[in-house]
Amino acid sequence: MSDTTHHGPPTGIRRWLFTTNHKDIGTLYLVFSLVMLFVGGAMAMIIRLELFQPGLQFVNPEFFNQMTTLHALVMVFGMIMPAFAGFANWMVPLMIGAPDMALPRLNNFSFWILPFAALMLVSTLFMPGGGPASGWTLYPPLVLQTGDAFPFVIFSVHLLGISSILAAINIIVTIMNMRTPDMPLLKMPLFVWTWLITAYLLILVMPVLAGAVTMLFTDQFFGTSFFQAAGGGDPVLFQHIFWFFGHPEVYIIILPSFGIISQIIPTFSRKPLFGHDSMVYATASIAFLSCIVWAHHMFTVGMPLAGQLYFMLSTMLIAIPTGVKIFNWTATMWRGSLSFETPMLFAIAFLFLFTFGGFSGVMMALTPADIQYHDSYFIVAHFHYVLVPGAMFAAIAGVYYWLPKWTGHMYDERLGKIHFWLSAISVNLTFFPQHFVGLAGMPRRIPDYALQFADLNAFMSIGGFLFGLSQLLFLWGVVRCMRGIGDKATDRVWEGAQGLEWEVPSPAPYHTFDTPPVVK
Amino acid sequence: MSAHRSLINKLLLACVAMFAFGFALVPLYDVFCDITGINGKTDKVAAAAPDRIDRGREVTVEFLATHDPAVAVNFAPETARLRLNPGDLQTVSFVVENRTGEPIVTTAVPSVSPGEAARHFMKIECFCFQEQPLAPGERKAMPVQFYVDPELPARFKNLTLSYRLYRSVGQSASR
Amino acid sequence: MIPRHARAIALSLLPVISLPAGAAPSGWRQLNLPVGVTSISRDAYDLHMLAIYVCILIGIAVFGAMIYAMINFRKSKGAVADRTLTHSTKAEVIWTAIPAFILIFLAWQTVPALIHIEDTRDSDMTIRITGYQWKWHYEYMGEGVSFYSALGERSNTARQRNAALRPAEVDHYLLEVDEVLVLPVGAKIRYLISANDVIHAWWVPELGIKRDAIPGFINEGWFRIDQPGTYRGQCAELCGKDHGFMPIVVEALPPEEFAAWLAARRPAAQAALASSQP
Ligand SMILES: [Cu+2]
Repeated sequence: MSDTTHHGPPTGIRRWLFTTNHKDIGTLYLVFSLVMLFVGGAMAMIIRLELFQPGLQFVNPEFFNQMTTLHALVMVFGMIMPAFAGFANWMVPLMIGAPDMALPRLNNFSFWILPFAALMLVSTLFMPGGGPASGWTLYPPLVLQTGDAFPFVIFSVHLLGISSILAAINIIVTIMNMRTPDMPLLKMPLFVWTWLITAYLLILVMPVLAGAVTMLFTDQFFGTSFFQAAGGGDPVLFQHIFWFFGHPEVYIIILPSFGIISQIIPTFSRKPLFGHDSMVYATASIAFLSCIVWAHHMFTVGMPLAGQLYFMLSTMLIAIPTGVKIFNWTATMWRGSLSFETPMLFAIAFLFLFTFGGFSGVMMALTPADIQYHDSYFIVAHFHYVLVPGAMFAAIAGVYYWLPKWTGHMYDERLGKIHFWLSAISVNLTFFPQHFVGLAGMPRRIPDYALQFADLNAFMSIGGFLFGLSQLLFLWGVVRCMRGIGDKATDRVWEGAQGLEWEVPSPAPYHTFDTPPVVK
Repeated sequence: MSAHRSLINKLLLACVAMFAFGFALVPLYDVFCDITGINGKTDKVAAAAPDRIDRGREVTVEFLATHDPAVAVNFAPETARLRLNPGDLQTVSFVVENRTGEPIVTTAVPSVSPGEAARHFMKIECFCFQEQPLAPGERKAMPVQFYVDPELPARFKNLTLSYRLYRSVGQSASR
Repeated sequence: MIPRHARAIALSLLPVISLPAGAAPSGWRQLNLPVGVTSISRDAYDLHMLAIYVCILIGIAVFGAMIYAMINFRKSKGAVADRTLTHSTKAEVIWTAIPAFILIFLAWQTVPALIHIEDTRDSDMTIRITGYQWKWHYEYMGEGVSFYSALGERSNTARQRNAALRPAEVDHYLLEVDEVLVLPVGAKIRYLISANDVIHAWWVPELGIKRDAIPGFINEGWFRIDQPGTYRGQCAELCGKDHGFMPIVVEALPPEEFAAWLAARRPAAQAALASSQP
């Protein structure tokens, strides 16, 4: 047994195609996610380029709509979710003292679905009639006007969903069954906890999305009328089903971010996480609440008063556990011994800017005001604040934090800090003015706009280009470490690092924890 | 390994159940609409006759008719509006004319506004309960017999009954 | 551009919760939700400003604590971590309860506005709005007056790629239409809204109205315009390729002028006009 498990990885393409090793698969997920970041980012650059000036200079409105739709789908399903799946693959076994994921071959399969699904999704751009142009929300009847690409869009959403569900099953089984014997559930690191809850959320809502797009498919090709008034259906029904998935999806993206932040802040505060147990309960209540607030995305469709009140109040409730998290992170820094390496810088930016995105979230819960905000750039500003300096900064922080453990080499701290400052400044230049153009009346998803929005749009575009370019520094920093450039990392890497993942050498050997470790 | 298997089975079962739940939302949504009046949907089956007339107040009911651009008809209400007492049984007709040279089958989708009043809009007989075949060039008056429930809350004074005429789905699929 | 934006931030810090419409500096008004000309838009504006001030206060407290921690507990300044500070029931109860009270307060503030929005009783007139790909149709119910309203010709020319006419040369570029929706000031106007093809949304920020137009179904709402003027808006729900090019222009006239306008648009008047001009 020990003979076969201690051999190194096979070499060449076969290693990556057939690997069942959690570290290899984690790497695959992360590399895939990085590629998709630049694919989705290129689409964002096209959007910002067209919006740089009033009038249409570069693309047609049809293509513009395809860009907004695919930018969202690629970033959500191709970039951020696979990034967190990559973190889970790499770190969950290391953090709970397991030798590998519970279901290694399933793990390989759930990763390799992704590139095909993403390729299919992006290839729709080249089909007659172009790619999907209905926004990532795929609302009928508009989405039924998609050209030849329609079945491929549906199929790729199915594949992306299956991949996520399989990954979620694997993560749950790993966490529930593979923990080292002296780690009870409540002693698990918060990253593991948030992923456990996220995985349950995935199992709860991804099948519902699959159901919704299946109904779209049969409406289009098999004469059903789920969403067509002609046959007794209702397009608003789709919105309910979609947002039943869509709102928890937001938390599927943000909960693992919370997990990463909860690992990083204690390390660089040199102090244990404040209120570990209440963080767990807060995460669980956020996940629960996220499932019962969906119709706050739909205040303008017309809803009875009681419905408006219910969805407003339940939405506001989410602010309470989220607030607990923010306060606990602040309390973790309180009376700590803080140092500001790149992961900590991104974590602190997350703290500020995610909270800021939360503020606009509370504003949007107020139904009468939301009627003005809805589908304007104010909304675009809000969700980009929670997703870019929120989820994406958390992922970047996590990469800088664990990269030395993965590669055995320290990233270039100076490069990291430049990347941080450029990103943190340009992300605000891009998204902060969007609040104002939205309030002043600019609808979202438009390729051209009235002249009073011109100055701020030019400003946002410049910010956006700067943000896009800054990410090339990130790419460079990561590639350097992967190619073995940079100082050798110690096993502990960070002075204040706690947890099993820091007990193994850097880089983490191909096989770890063949015998269950002892938790100190 | 068996610990894995039983957990996996439970999780897979949960996935299947949630997939089914997505479809279960369709009838659940109809129930939800019935209760809350989302989109002003009315019952697809005949209501019971009114048991009393509330002479103490009047409600205005307006009638609207539109049709899908894919079906070539003229479609309009004979009466634009009525003032009536809640509980008072009335019949109005909508006139439809087939402008094509071929037989068509149409379906009418009703919608009542404000949505919250929809469940107080009672239809005893309605052309929207069945599909309506039309011979080439045929013109006919299609009646709807209705009353406004005396239980209608006092804050509603104006109701609108709108029909949108579609080519029925079975027919468009068979074409 | 930068100064304007900086001024907006500075102004947002002023404690002026119900800033009267006329007193608001114009630069800020262009970057904020409009106060608007209906009770509904004013309700939305007041709630919006209230929420902003509440958020600013919370922000000062929360960000203040974070910044304080970052300045005072730096390792480089010799701070030593207090590893025993990992739990405090008292603090956790406080920071759960205070946000809860604030949120209940905010929710409570919205209730009158919500009830007000839904009150379509006793309207003076009804208009019917129908969304088309990509124009609006308006009907003055019971008056026999109806028309389509599409993007104005000059905007439509200038919005084409490589157009000779530049957007900057068009007045109200993308916010002008061929036929404006004329409405009376002071009347309670009920609207019935639906769509012909896909979902659209009728949004005029200064009226505080945004309502989805859903094919096959009708929705309704109301507004009462307080001041004569021209109010511009756009379709707010993605509806296909020309979603960005189906604006809304409402012209509010004093009642007598509106009555005269409507009379001239009635079919009889139009027929007379046609026969007098062979
Ligand atoms: Cu539209």
